[in-house]
Parts: sequence; C-alpha cells; structure tokens
Amino acid sequence: MTAADLLAAFSDFAFMRRALAGCLVLSVAAAPVGVFLMLRRLSLTGDAMAHAILPGVAAGYLLAGLNLWAMTAGGLAAGLAIALMASAVTRLTPLREDASLATLYLVSLALGVILISARGSAVDVMHLLFGSVLAIDDTALVFIGIVASITVLAFAVMWRPLVLECVDPGFLKAVGGRGAIIHVAFMLVMVLNLIAGFQALGTLLSVGLMMLPAASARFWTRSLGAMTALAMAFAALSSVAGLTASFAANLPSGPAIIVAAGILYALSVAFGPTGGLIARLRPARHRTG
Amino acid sequence: MGAAIMDFARQGRPTGGASLTLRNATIGYDRHPALHHLSASFPAGSMTAVVGPNGAGKSTLLKAAIGHIRPIGGEIHVSGCRRTEIAYLPQLSEIDRTFPLPVFDFVAMGLWQRRGAFGGFRRDDDEDVARALAGVGLVGFEQRPLDTLSGGQLQRVLFARLSLQDAPLILLDEPFTAVDDRTIGELMDLIDRWNAEGRTVVAVLHDLELVRRRFQRTLLIARRLIAEGATADVLTAENLAAARRHIEAWDEAAPFCEAEPAP
Repeated sequence: MTAADLLAAFSDFAFMRRALAGCLVLSVAAAPVGVFLMLRRLSLTGDAMAHAILPGVAAGYLLAGLNLWAMTAGGLAAGLAIALMASAVTRLTPLREDASLATLYLVSLALGVILISARGSAVDVMHLLFGSVLAIDDTALVFIGIVASITVLAFAVMWRPLVLECVDPGFLKAVGGRGAIIHVAFMLVMVLNLIAGFQALGTLLSVGLMMLPAASARFWTRSLGAMTALAMAFAALSSVAGLTASFAANLPSGPAIIVAAGILYALSVAFGPTGGLIARLRPARHRTG
Repeated sequence: MGAAIMDFARQGRPTGGASLTLRNATIGYDRHPALHHLSASFPAGSMTAVVGPNGAGKSTLLKAAIGHIRPIGGEIHVSGCRRTEIAYLPQLSEIDRTFPLPVFDFVAMGLWQRRGAFGGFRRDDDEDVARALAGVGLVGFEQRPLDTLSGGQLQRVLFARLSLQDAPLILLDEPFTAVDDRTIGELMDLIDRWNAEGRTVVAVLHDLELVRRRFQRTLLIARRLIAEGATADVLTAENLAAARRHIEAWDEAAPFCEAEPAP
C-alpha cells in the first residue's frame, strides 16, 4: 500500500473524511485545555472527569438509546455536577481538589456501573468507554464544531485571568478578579471537550487527545503561546497518523490515534530541547554571564 | 526632581488621599483573636512600620485591611480608594514559578486596574512596564522565565509590579526576608519614592535597625496595641519588653472576652 493509497482512503470514503474533520477540529479545541490542565498540575483531573462523565452518558444511552443529544446531556450534567461539587468542597473545606475530585468521581463511576449493569451489555460498555471514530455522523460533527467554537471563544475571553489564576491566584484575588468563576468556566470548557471527544475516542480516551499533545509540547518551547500552537499541531498530526494507520492495518481508530500521540510524546521526551533527556545529558556550553 | 514630577503627572492619579483606620477591631481565626480590640490609624501620605514579635497579628492586620479576613468585631476603614485598588505584597506569595511566563508579562499584570481582564495593551503600557523594570534594576530581564530568578530578583520583580499598580495605599508584609543588604537598600529607596509621591505605605518588618533608620512612624503590636507614633518614642526598651510579655501561649479554652469595648 503506497502513500497515495492511504491518502485515497480519505478522498474515497465519506466516513474517513468525517472522522478526519472531526478529529482535526477536536485537536484545535482540546489542545489549549490540555496545556492549562498540565500547567495547573490538574492532568489527572481530566482523567477523573472522563471517568465521572461515563455514568451520565450511560444514563442518557439507557433512556434514549444511541442518541447523541441524550448522551451529551447526560454526560454534561454528570461532568458539571462533579466539577462544581469538587470546586465547592475545595473552596469551602480544608480538603484539596485532588482528594475531593477522587471521592466524587469514584462514587460517580460506581453509580454508572450500577446503571449499565441494570440494563445493557458488555458491548454497550465497550462502545461508551472507547468510542468509534468511524461512527462520527453529521450530527456529531456539528456538535464537535459547536464545542470547538465555544472553546476558542472562551479562551479568547478568559486567557489573561486564567493565566493569572495559574501563576499568582493571591494577586488576582487582591485586585478583585473572580478566580472562582474563571476556574469553574475552565472546568466547564474541559467537560464540553471531553464530551465532544467521547463519540470519536470514547469517554476514557478523549482525555488523551488533550493531555498527550500538551505534555509533548512542553518539551519543545517555554512560551505559552507557542506551546499551545504546538500542542494543536501535535494533536492534529496524531489524528492523521492514527486514522491512516487504523485504515491501513484495520486497527480500532480511537486507540490508534492515542498511540500515535504517545509515540510523539516519547520522541519529545527523548529529543525535546527544553528538558528532553538528550538535551539534558549533553553538556551545554555556558555563557560568560 | 523634574523627572519625578513628570512621572507623577503621567500617572494621572491624585494620590495622597488614601488612609487606613482600625477602630476597636478584633480580628482572628476560629474565634481566637489574633488582634484584640485594636485601634490604630495610618493617615494619608504616611509611611509606617508595623513591628511586633511572631504571632503578634501583623500579617493578620494587613490581610484584614484588604478584606481577606473579616473582623470579628469593631471596624476597619479604608478611605480614599477601593479595597481592590490597594497594592498588597503577601509574606508567602502563592506564585507558581514553573509557569512559563516571562518577567515582562508577569510585571505587566500590575496594570490590571488600568486594563482589566480584556483591555488591549498600548505602547504607553509597554513603556510603563519597561520603566518599572528599570526602577528595580532589572533592565534586560524582560524575557527571562520566572523560575530562573534568584530570591532577590523575584522580590525586585514583585516590587516592579507593585509600582505599576499605581496604588494610593501600599501594604508590604515582610518584604525583605531572604534579601541581601544592597537589594534592601535599593528597594527601600523605591518605597521612599512611593511615599514622596503621596502614597500611604504600611510595611511589616522585623529588622528594628532598618525601622529606626528609615521609618518615621511605627506601630508596635502584640495581639493588642503596645505603642503607636514616632519611631524613636515607640521602639523603647520598655515597650519592646512589654510586647514580648504579651505574647502568651495559645489557649484553646481561653474564656470569652467580656471587656467593655474601648471608647
């Protein structure tokens, strides 16, 4: 199979084109979310939220079948409820955010499993957990587009306070900035992106398209803007490579995309100039002052 | 002198109007007062050192002034500016120095009151940031990431941000811990300049020699007022001994205060 054959896969098959379009749009939206999650040391929060969304999605599925809007509404409700409750517990009690989030998402996950086991099969569970890129239909594409638009707009509006809330939350509070609102808005955008991703990648892997490119980009630049742009590029590259590999070798597409992102991450850890392993081992020439 | 007047005019704000007054204020955590029935005033345009042993309630006083802690009793009054316009340098800042932000962008956040969350930066703003950095001796540090700065350099960066805030009331909580003498001298000169521009300055300090040399007014507290006024009159041996005596151990079962509020 030649490179031309692989490219032809996208021009010949509508489902491949839709999958590609969906994943590319998702890359642009999810990458900045991942960058800020990483810089705020909330990487595992994304993972926890992905788990927390599952029961909501499952509830939507059990009530209305494979209906995008029902599952989305369920996931959104579950994700928001968990994010808000975790924030509230963190701000009102001495418990830290990671601990409060862990407790809430474990309960949420347990409820989800009870829901699914009441009605449903192992196949259903697999579909919800790992998704299917090749099942992205026009409705799902529209939804991904809406979420991406909201995300880009939200970042344009809250970029400065969000950066300040990350670097020096005490200062933001002292000058009267609403740190709590910014935090909740950011969590909301993250939940939206996880849900947009679950159709294609499943609830468990959709966080991968956020975190892996962001973590990879950290090894190539120290500038926030460049890091975000690079994360988008890495996510898009993983999407193209993963989809192509899944078509050529008949692999499940979601995991193929995440493995592609994982390979990019491994390369970044090894060769990245800012903190990569090889850059660290090689003795650098130092300046005189 | 001419330059200073130009600077003052550029800032465009009639400074020298902000004062801080505590009237019989009791401030504390969990019903145990860190400050007990304290009355004190920091007049507009004054420059005051706040001195006292550890646990005297010095940091608590500043936190209450910016509204982070609500007083249990009495009142704390800020006049001449809004609470959010006060420039406050905390003792332990929560700065995440690993965040990839260059010094220039960090200092520029001092313009929050002028530009807010969304306002675009103009050429003037860039020049002001550059001037603030030059004022603390950090020319050439604009693009350095925060995590490459030494302790003293970070303190200079924080002072640059404070001067950009253009605040009529400036509260500093132990600004010179882990800072060398030369840096202390230069930052003290900057504080003097702020005060000369009519800004009210309140600084919590431990170095009594520094206070005697550079501050005309001093407030000595030890969970209550010990002395207030001219530094030479306040920092006497008797007053300092009295302050030490008044810091008793934390008593979990301390009886509730029945004292008549001071007139």
